[in-house]
Amino acid sequence: MTTTTTTLKPETIEAIKALTKRFPKPEGALLTAFRMAEREVGFIDAHVCEQVAEAIGMPPAKAWGTLSFYTTFRKDTDGKYIVWVCATLPCALRGAENVFDHISQRLGLKKDETSPDKLFTLKKAECLGSCGTAPCMQVNDDYYENLTFEKIDQIVEDLRAGKSPARHVTTA
Amino acid sequence: MATFEPVLSKYFNTPNSWTLDQYRSRGGYYGYETAKRAITQFEPKALTEEVKKSNLRGRGGAGFPTGMKWTFLPENGKPRYLAVNADESEPGTFKDRAIMGRDPHQLIEAIICSCWAIQSNNAYIFIRGEFVFEAKRLQAAIDECYRAGILGQDVLGLGKFKLDVTVIRGAGAYICGEETGLLSAAEGCRAYPKVKPPFPAVEGYFRNPTIINNVETIACVLHIVARGWEWFKKIGPESGPGPKLFGISGHVKKPGLYEAPLGVTLRSLIYDYAGGPIGEIKGIIPGGSSMPIMTPDQLDVPADYDSIKAAGSFLGSAGLIVFNKDTCIVNALLNLARFYHHESCGQCTPCREGLGWLEKLCHRIEFGHGHDGDVDLMNEVSVMIKGRTICFLADSLIMPVQSYIQKFRPEFEYHIIHKKCMTGTKAGEFAPLEGAALARA
Repeated sequence: MTTTTTTLKPETIEAIKALTKRFPKPEGALLTAFRMAEREVGFIDAHVCEQVAEAIGMPPAKAWGTLSFYTTFRKDTDGKYIVWVCATLPCALRGAENVFDHISQRLGLKKDETSPDKLFTLKKAECLGSCGTAPCMQVNDDYYENLTFEKIDQIVEDLRAGKSPARHVTTA
Repeated sequence: MATFEPVLSKYFNTPNSWTLDQYRSRGGYYGYETAKRAITQFEPKALTEEVKKSNLRGRGGAGFPTGMKWTFLPENGKPRYLAVNADESEPGTFKDRAIMGRDPHQLIEAIICSCWAIQSNNAYIFIRGEFVFEAKRLQAAIDECYRAGILGQDVLGLGKFKLDVTVIRGAGAYICGEETGLLSAAEGCRAYPKVKPPFPAVEGYFRNPTIINNVETIACVLHIVARGWEWFKKIGPESGPGPKLFGISGHVKKPGLYEAPLGVTLRSLIYDYAGGPIGEIKGIIPGGSSMPIMTPDQLDVPADYDSIKAAGSFLGSAGLIVFNKDTCIVNALLNLARFYHHESCGQCTPCREGLGWLEKLCHRIEFGHGHDGDVDLMNEVSVMIKGRTICFLADSLIMPVQSYIQKFRPEFEYHIIHKKCMTGTKAGEFAPLEGAALARA
């Protein structure tokens, strides 16, 4: 992970400080504070992590130790759209591997690769909790369920065109 | 299928079911009327007693009696916390997500009742990071409640107690669903489970007494308070009654989330609710992927805590996964081994290393490199892991390993001898589903 010189806005620092009051100890706010920083900067690296730790009043090393445990905070090397294709058993039984192969071919990416234009990163996810609407995938914040090849093509096309794809939501 | 009026999912498909206005317009038990009644008519201990008498058991997986858990709280003057476990990550489970996304006020009202019973002024809902949509709906509902004076310094304006509800989003770690792992994550740490005892009810969130309950468990509390424990206890078997959200996935015609009374048979769930299997049933996982597999001759076992246990498995989170006869059982186990190995937090050596060994063994058997004696080796490794770790994650793979081998041993042996799948599928692949949209291109 490279280190940038992004400085968090003062209002984000203030919001993190205010948030710490909702917890028995300020450290309780850490995961939520990471989310706030991620929303502002677009990713979290060592420098951003250090500022979050400072706002909370905890050692940066401890905050980094926590950050490095979790898999879904965005890194600065990630593409604009992170495509998580669920690969766990309930999805696998209904063709998740085919979904992955298809989207891999459409994007021209292998697992954990990012496109040169930094538009897409392709990943395999462990159970997304959408087993009743398998196969499924998540692109950034949004779930796409009951996937078919046609749906996948449409989603990729919409994302490439900068449009927000229809979500095909069935469970929520 | 006997007629059963849904309780938890009754309003899931009502337009705007997630808004306060819609919630209030329902009348009856809803609209925070039950919470008002709970606070004004019950002493906290009496309310705990109601829950205890209902025999409500935890819906997250372990099935521990909820009321009893609440009585473990010590009277030591320390602040108490409620942690709502919404880190739904067990493969096959997708029920809490629906409650939070489609009827969040039901959960918030239930949290108010529960916090009054356990005398807590702070509730934390720990939701898995992937559920962005559900977290937004939940947060919007909580914000509505603050604006309406339902939550905050004076809950419902009754002058009885203060309550803050805070949502914490995880960031992609199955282990956050383990109750002490959840607390570690909510304390700003790596989600390492902690040694028990002390149990969280005695020493939990930042070492204060903490009750951790699953979303669906808490939601049930609302209905127990609303309609009484006698009503609740009559739904299904007395030892573990109530309405239950069953997630049915895998090889069935209509996979999805269905509400049924506990004690409904597996056959009814698969045939009446989920439209029947696709192909012939080979195995059923009754409660999320970590539970021992059951076979078609056990279809008439009632889906409740004690009956499933007597049949050699566990109800767990009631996420049914159905396999048809074309499913390579070794490949299914390999998929699960990869999952649990990946999700091991790495604290305990038997889990961190042992689950990796099991994954490698499964892999080589599946891909035709298995050795004579590998099946016994897998059994041996699993025995050495079971019960030797801080939390239950390692055991969650051991149960499938041991039960798959016990029930489908010839398939493992066939793989080793013939270096291919007994089902005729390619190594590492599942059979394409008849008529499914995703036939291999």
